[in-house]
Amino acid sequence: MSDVADTPQGQLTTADGKPLKAALAHAQAHRKRRAFFLVLPLLLFVVITFLIPIGQLLTMSVNNSGFYSWKDRDTGGTVPLMVELRGWFDETAAGTEPDEAAYAALVDGLAHARETKSIGQIGTRINYEVSGSRSMFTKSARRAAKLEPPYKEALLDIDEDWADPKLWGAMRNASKPVTIDFYLAALDRTRDAEGNIVKVDEERAVYILLFKRTLLLSALITFMTFLLGFPIAHLLATLPLAKSNLLMIFVLLPFWTSLLVRTTSWIVLLQSQGVVNDIWVSLGILDDENRLQMIYNQTGTIIAMTHILLPFMVLPLYSVMRPIDPSYVRAARSLGATSWTAFRRVYMPQTVPGIGAGGLLVFILAVGYYITPALVGGSTGQLISNLIAFHMQKSLNWSLAAALASLLLFGVLLLYWLYDRLIGIDNLKLG
Amino acid sequence: MALPTYASPLEKIWYYTYRVICALIFLFLIAPILIVIPLSFNAEPYFTFTEKMLALDPTGYSTRWYDLLLTFGMENPDVARDGSWWADVWENAAWVNAAKNSVIIGFFSTILATFLGTLAALGLSRPEMPFRRAIMAILISPMIVPIIITATGLFFFYSATGLANSYVGVIMAHATLGIPFVIITVTATLVGFDQTLTQASASLGANPTTTFFKITMPLILPGVISGALFAFVTSFDEVVVVLFVAAHDQQTIPRQMWNGIREQISPAILSVATILVIISIALLTTVELLRRRSERLRGMSPG
Repeated sequence: MSDVADTPQGQLTTADGKPLKAALAHAQAHRKRRAFFLVLPLLLFVVITFLIPIGQLLTMSVNNSGFYSWKDRDTGGTVPLMVELRGWFDETAAGTEPDEAAYAALVDGLAHARETKSIGQIGTRINYEVSGSRSMFTKSARRAAKLEPPYKEALLDIDEDWADPKLWGAMRNASKPVTIDFYLAALDRTRDAEGNIVKVDEERAVYILLFKRTLLLSALITFMTFLLGFPIAHLLATLPLAKSNLLMIFVLLPFWTSLLVRTTSWIVLLQSQGVVNDIWVSLGILDDENRLQMIYNQTGTIIAMTHILLPFMVLPLYSVMRPIDPSYVRAARSLGATSWTAFRRVYMPQTVPGIGAGGLLVFILAVGYYITPALVGGSTGQLISNLIAFHMQKSLNWSLAAALASLLLFGVLLLYWLYDRLIGIDNLKLG
Repeated sequence: MALPTYASPLEKIWYYTYRVICALIFLFLIAPILIVIPLSFNAEPYFTFTEKMLALDPTGYSTRWYDLLLTFGMENPDVARDGSWWADVWENAAWVNAAKNSVIIGFFSTILATFLGTLAALGLSRPEMPFRRAIMAILISPMIVPIIITATGLFFFYSATGLANSYVGVIMAHATLGIPFVIITVTATLVGFDQTLTQASASLGANPTTTFFKITMPLILPGVISGALFAFVTSFDEVVVVLFVAAHDQQTIPRQMWNGIREQISPAILSVATILVIISIALLTTVELLRRRSERLRGMSPG
């Protein structure tokens, strides 16, 4: 292209001779940078305190180092574990019967683990898959240094479970530093001795059940908040502002009250010696012996969570209903519609954006709920979050906790993306 | 929505039924919060109204559970209540220490969240902001991502960086959780912000700093304060992150309540709950007044 074609005659320039287009672009880039620099400090802060931790969570979910390497607390260095045994696993195919060389490698690894004090970690890692094996590892490691060949007999002497093909399968699974096995475990799948992915036994399959229960209860709670939220949002939206602002306190006060306070209140109200049961009994509806068990089970979780999440349904509904012009319904009535038809065909369709916004928000929040189910859920009202906490704090299977958390995170982000596409996060309002 | 004169009998019945239904739902919303207030004055260690309480007999009521909040954890709770007794309360009482921790953590995380959040909201509400939508989505996400996931991630991150068991770690985490609220409230105030005001200020010779402090700041201040209150409440009510990353001696009020509810629930919990309800009523009133002020400042219809 020639210069002549590029600069048509009479092109506008600024006073100092720059083409106007370039000057404008320059000024806009400057303004863009200024806006961006205002956001930058917060963005960096959130990256450090939020995005990096989430990244670490994702890393942890594939981290399989329990059998692979050991971080020495004194020196801070990393010690490789079970080197020879891992070598044997690399050379042989899955499901190979362990030979004397394998046992010798295992004994060597156990003795080394005892020296480096890493045997607890190794035992814990294998224990995830073969329960009861942790003590076997510590017991055998204590005597490993003194063992004489043939090692196979020597180890089987200590514990005959060393010949269990399941155990060898578990050790093989643990011999890679990175694995997707925790995701398999989080979906109730495992590897058999040959390395094929199979379903776990019926009685150990808990996670899919819990994911299903979480979705089901969240959907039910969302529906309950809709059922309770729609009438009062409608009332608030149709009353004069002075009155509706007063009634709005009933919605906003729970919103501002501590979650723990609200959960405590429900315990007080619903427990078997609690206020609600007392009222039933004094009204003669229930016998004193047949008090209802409404807390520490699914019912408790549903009631308490419906109450806690109700404001998140009412507020978006209200903000959509308020501007709806009442003359539409009046017009429908004057054209002969019954009040029900006018409501169903004319009013209801205009509230759909509010129903969508509220429903999606409540569902997203319900899916990840932890505190309330933990306190009032008993054993049947637990959700997936509670299981993540269990693996973090009690069973200490952090990789499995991270895998479960990653699956939950993926689901929530999908819903969040949907929310942003349909409603837009700009439209999120608080009170 | 008054009942029209042409309403059929059926519609009249429905009209009143509807009112009753709404009243019941409002009762469902508010009763659980108010019920703890009278019960916290129970003279007996029960969670239900005793016969004496129902008969409004003064001996059925007492402030013993409020007293327990002060004495629990003290070294010598039974001596005369003089200056050294109060010093003992201030030093050793478990709930007082929890309150101190909650206020310290809440205060600093609120400052951090409000400062960074307001700055970012100013940038985000400019039309020329690049990647506006994506950045907004990231900054709001701490509110959406389940708290257990955030806490788990922070646990791994803080263990690796040595921030675990420190006040700084908890404050940073709480600030992150409060930031979405600051952004939402401040951007809401900035929507419909009249840009000609700043242009007028500039044309009269004010530099951007003067314009910000004299023109923009007073107008968005109500939004900033509401955002700060939201951030404070978020921190003040947060228990999961504290459970995961805080040291054992960093008890906060929610953590102390959590322990109390899980282990052995005593009416002392109800007296804490009552105090918290009163605090939330005060906060709600403040936010509502601020909102009205903000709308008046911006010349919007009174709400």
